Amino acid sequence: MTISSLSEAIAAPPRKQVIRRLKERFIESVLFLCAFSCVAVTIAIMVILGTESIGLFKTVSLWEFFTGTEWAPLFEPAKYGILPLVCGTVTTSAIALFVAIPIGTTIALFLSEFASQKVRVWVKPILEILAGVPTVVYGYFALLFVTPLLQIVLPDLPGFNMLAAGLVMGIMIVPQISSMSEDAMRSVPDELREGSYAAGATKLQTAWNVVFPAAFSGVSSSYILGISRAVGETMIVSIAAGLQPTISFNPMDSAATMTAYIVQVSLGDLPHGSTGYQTIFAVGFLLVSMTLIFNTIGHWLKRRYREQY
Amino acid sequence: MINIDSPVSPAPPKVEVSNLNFYYGDKHAIKNVNLTLPTNKITALIGPSGCGKTTLLRCFNRMHDLYDGNRYEGEIVLDGQVNILSRRIDPIEVRMRVGMVFQRPNPFPKSIFENVAYGLRVRGEKNKSFIADKVEEALKASALWDEVNDRLKDMAFNLSGGQQQRLCIARALATDPELILFDEPTSALDPIATRNIEELMDGLKKQVTILIVTHSMQQAARLSDYTAFMYLGEMLECDRTEVIFKHAAQLRTRDYVSGQFG
Amino acid sequence: MATSISSPSSSTPLSPIQLSVIQRKRRSNLFSAAGIVSILIALMTLIALVLQLFIQGLPKLNWQFLTSFADPEASLAGVLAALVGSCLVMLVTAATAVPVGIGAGLYLEEYVTRNKFSALIEINVTNLAGVPSIVYGLLALGLFKYYFSLGESILTAGLTLALLVLPVVIVATRESVRAIPSSLREATYAMGASKSQMVFDHLLPYAFGNILTGVIIGLSRAIGETAPLVTIGALTFIAFLPESPIQSSFPFISFEWLKAPFTVLPIQMFNWVSRPESEFQVNAAAAGIVLLSLTLMMNSIAIYLRYRIQKSLKW
Repeated sequence: MTISSLSEAIAAPPRKQVIRRLKERFIESVLFLCAFSCVAVTIAIMVILGTESIGLFKTVSLWEFFTGTEWAPLFEPAKYGILPLVCGTVTTSAIALFVAIPIGTTIALFLSEFASQKVRVWVKPILEILAGVPTVVYGYFALLFVTPLLQIVLPDLPGFNMLAAGLVMGIMIVPQISSMSEDAMRSVPDELREGSYAAGATKLQTAWNVVFPAAFSGVSSSYILGISRAVGETMIVSIAAGLQPTISFNPMDSAATMTAYIVQVSLGDLPHGSTGYQTIFAVGFLLVSMTLIFNTIGHWLKRRYREQY
Repeated sequence: MINIDSPVSPAPPKVEVSNLNFYYGDKHAIKNVNLTLPTNKITALIGPSGCGKTTLLRCFNRMHDLYDGNRYEGEIVLDGQVNILSRRIDPIEVRMRVGMVFQRPNPFPKSIFENVAYGLRVRGEKNKSFIADKVEEALKASALWDEVNDRLKDMAFNLSGGQQQRLCIARALATDPELILFDEPTSALDPIATRNIEELMDGLKKQVTILIVTHSMQQAARLSDYTAFMYLGEMLECDRTEVIFKHAAQLRTRDYVSGQFG
Repeated sequence: MATSISSPSSSTPLSPIQLSVIQRKRRSNLFSAAGIVSILIALMTLIALVLQLFIQGLPKLNWQFLTSFADPEASLAGVLAALVGSCLVMLVTAATAVPVGIGAGLYLEEYVTRNKFSALIEINVTNLAGVPSIVYGLLALGLFKYYFSLGESILTAGLTLALLVLPVVIVATRESVRAIPSSLREATYAMGASKSQMVFDHLLPYAFGNILTGVIIGLSRAIGETAPLVTIGALTFIAFLPESPIQSSFPFISFEWLKAPFTVLPIQMFNWVSRPESEFQVNAAAAGIVLLSLTLMMNSIAIYLRYRIQKSLKW
C-alpha cells in the first residue's frame, strides 16, 4: 500500500503538487498568525499603556510621580506621588508571601517527599479547587469572614485593613507555590535521594539537605512568580484593604494598592483622556513593568532548573 | 554448595545471608539466596541482566524500604549478631554502617567538601575540625585529594565523571562503614577512570568489606577475591574467584564466564 | 537475635547510633506533621469560605433570585442578567481564544524553526500568562472600547477575557501535543501524509482531550474574573436581556447581542459586596454560591477528564 501511494505521489501532475504545497503554506501562515497574536498583544499593551498615560507626564514630572508622598490626582490641588500606592502593594504582597511561602513550601516538600500516592491523589484536587476560587469570592471572604475573625483578637482593627486582605491573598497563592515547587522537587532525580538515604539520612534530612537545594532554582522561581501574582492581585485588595492611599507599612491600617486604585477610578465616570483616565494607565504601566521584571527572573530561574536535569 | 571458608583463606565472615527471598509486590525477585561475605575481601556478584544482582545488593542496606510493596524474607546477619532485615532494625541504622556507591555518579548539588561531609552532618556531627579531618582522610583514601584539595568549595558537578564517582566513594568512606556496596560503579566511566576506581577498591579492602555488582567478567576476575554467580534470582554458585573462572562446578556458570551467553 | 545493631550485647539500653536515629526520625515526623497542618490550613480556609457563603447566602438562593434582574430593593434583586451575561461573554471568549490558542500552540510545537524569532514568541507567551488581569482590562479600555469603538459591550468583554485565556490554551495545546511520541509522527509521514495532514488528522485528535481540559480550566478562571471587566466599565444595573442569538424569523441568527451592554456574575457580586447594607451582602453571598458552583463544576469536569485521559492513554 505504501508503495502504491508513493508511486501515485511521484506520478501526481505538477499542478496537484503545487496546490498541495500552497495549501501547506496557507495553513502554516494561519497558524503563524495565531502565534504572532501573542507578540501583538504584548506590543499593544506597551503601546496603549504608553500612549494613554503620556499626557499625564506633560503636566507631572517623572520625579514628582515617583517620589511624591501624596496620591490625590482627582482632588484640588492634585497630588501625583505614587509612593502611597506602591506602599500599599508592597505591604499586602509582603503579608501574602509571609503566609504563602512557608505553607506552600511545606506542602510541596510534604507531597513530594513524605506523602503516599494516596494522600497526593486527595490533596492535589483540594489545592486546585483553592486555586480556582474566583478572587471576588476571596475578597468577600476577607471582608466578611477574616476581618471580623481578626477583630476578635485585635479589637482596634478597622473594617478595611491590609492584614485580612494579605492573609487571604497568601492562601490564594499557596496552590501556585506548592504545585510549582513540587514539580521542581519531583524532577530531582531519584539517584540523589538514594545517595542521601544510603548515607543514613532521614526523610527530612534528605528533603531539606538534598532535594530542596537541588530544586532551589525551581522553588525560587515559584516564589518570584508568587510575588508577581500578589503584586497584580486586584479584587481582594479592592474589596478588603480599603481605598485610601496612605504611606503605611502597618498591616492593621487601611490602604489602597496600585490595582485597587485602578478599580476605584474605573468604577466612576471616566471620560477618555481625562486626568483620572491618564493616571490609571500610568499606574498600570508601573504595575506591568514590576510584574514583567518578576516574571522574567522567575522564568529564567525555571529554565535553569530544567537545564540542570 | 557454598565453599567460601576454604583452607587457603580463612577469612572470618562479615555478613551471612541465609534463605533470603525478596518480592517486588508479587514478583519473586530473589529466590532463597545463601551467601557469605568474608571480612575485608571483595566479593563480586555476576550474572546476566535481570538476574537480580542489583536487587540483592540493595537488600544489604535496605534500599528497597524506600518504595512501597517490597518484602524481604530470610536473614542477612552482620558480624554474627544482627539480622539487618529484622523489622525491629531501622533501615537508617543499617545505612549508617553500610555504605553504597551507585551505578552512575550521583554527587549532591553541593560543594565537594559538603558532599563528603554529608554523612557526618546527617549523623549530627558538629565538630568542624573533626569533619575536616574526616573529609581529607576520605578524599585521600579515594585518591581524589591531590586533584581537589585546592578547590574543595567548588560544586561537585564540575568534576569529571570518574572524579565524581571517586567523590561518591569518598562520601561513602567518610563515615567509616564496615561494608560498602558497589552497584556497577564503573559502567558509566571510561577505561582510565575504571582502572583508577579498581585500584582504589583493591586498596580499600584493607579496611572494609566490599560487595560489588558488575557486568564485566574481566572486572570480576581482576578485582574480586570471591565471585557469586546469579541466574534468574537464584544464587547458582559462589566460590573463590579463580575457582569460578577456571573450574566452576555448574555448567551454566562455565558457559556464562566463558561468554557463551549473557 | 540481638536487637541492637551496634553493640554486641542485647541488654545495653540504646546505643548512640540508635539514639541519634530516634532523635532524627522524631524531627522528620515533626516535619511530616507540619506538612499535614499546612494542608489542613488550606483545607480549613476552603471549608470556612464555603460555609460562610452558604450560611449567609443560602436562604436567599431560590428561583426568584436566579430569575430576577438587579433591583435597588435588595430582597427583589436577582442575578438573571449577570448569569446570562456571563454565559454570553464566555461564548465570545471561547470562540476566539480556543482556535487562536490551539493554532498558536500547534505552530510553536510543530512548525516553528528554532531561531531568535521563535524565542521571542516563547517569551511573550510566558510573560502574557503572568500579566496581571487588570492590565488586560486597561488594554481593552484603551484599545477595544475607545480605539475600536466597541463600547461597553459583550464583544469587548469576551475579547478581553480571551486575552486572559489565550496563554492557558496555548500552554495546554503545547503540552498535550508534546506528549505524543515522535514515532507516531514518523509513522504518519511514512504513510505519505503532509505536515498539515499529520497535524490535523493525528496530533490534534489525539491531543484533543488534554487540550479540552486546559480550555475548561482557562474558561473557569475567566468566568470568575472581575478586574478587567471593571475597567472597561461593565454596568452593574442591567434590567433587560440582550437580544437572543436565535431568532424566530429569517435569518434566524442574530449578532445584535454582541453589541449589548452587559453585566456578569463576579461584577454583580463585587457591586453587592461593596455596599454597606447587610441585605446586599446576603445577595453577594448568594451570587458567590452561584459563581463558585459554576467554577467548581467546570474545574471538576476538567479534573475528571484529565483523570479519565490519564487512565486510558498511555503513550
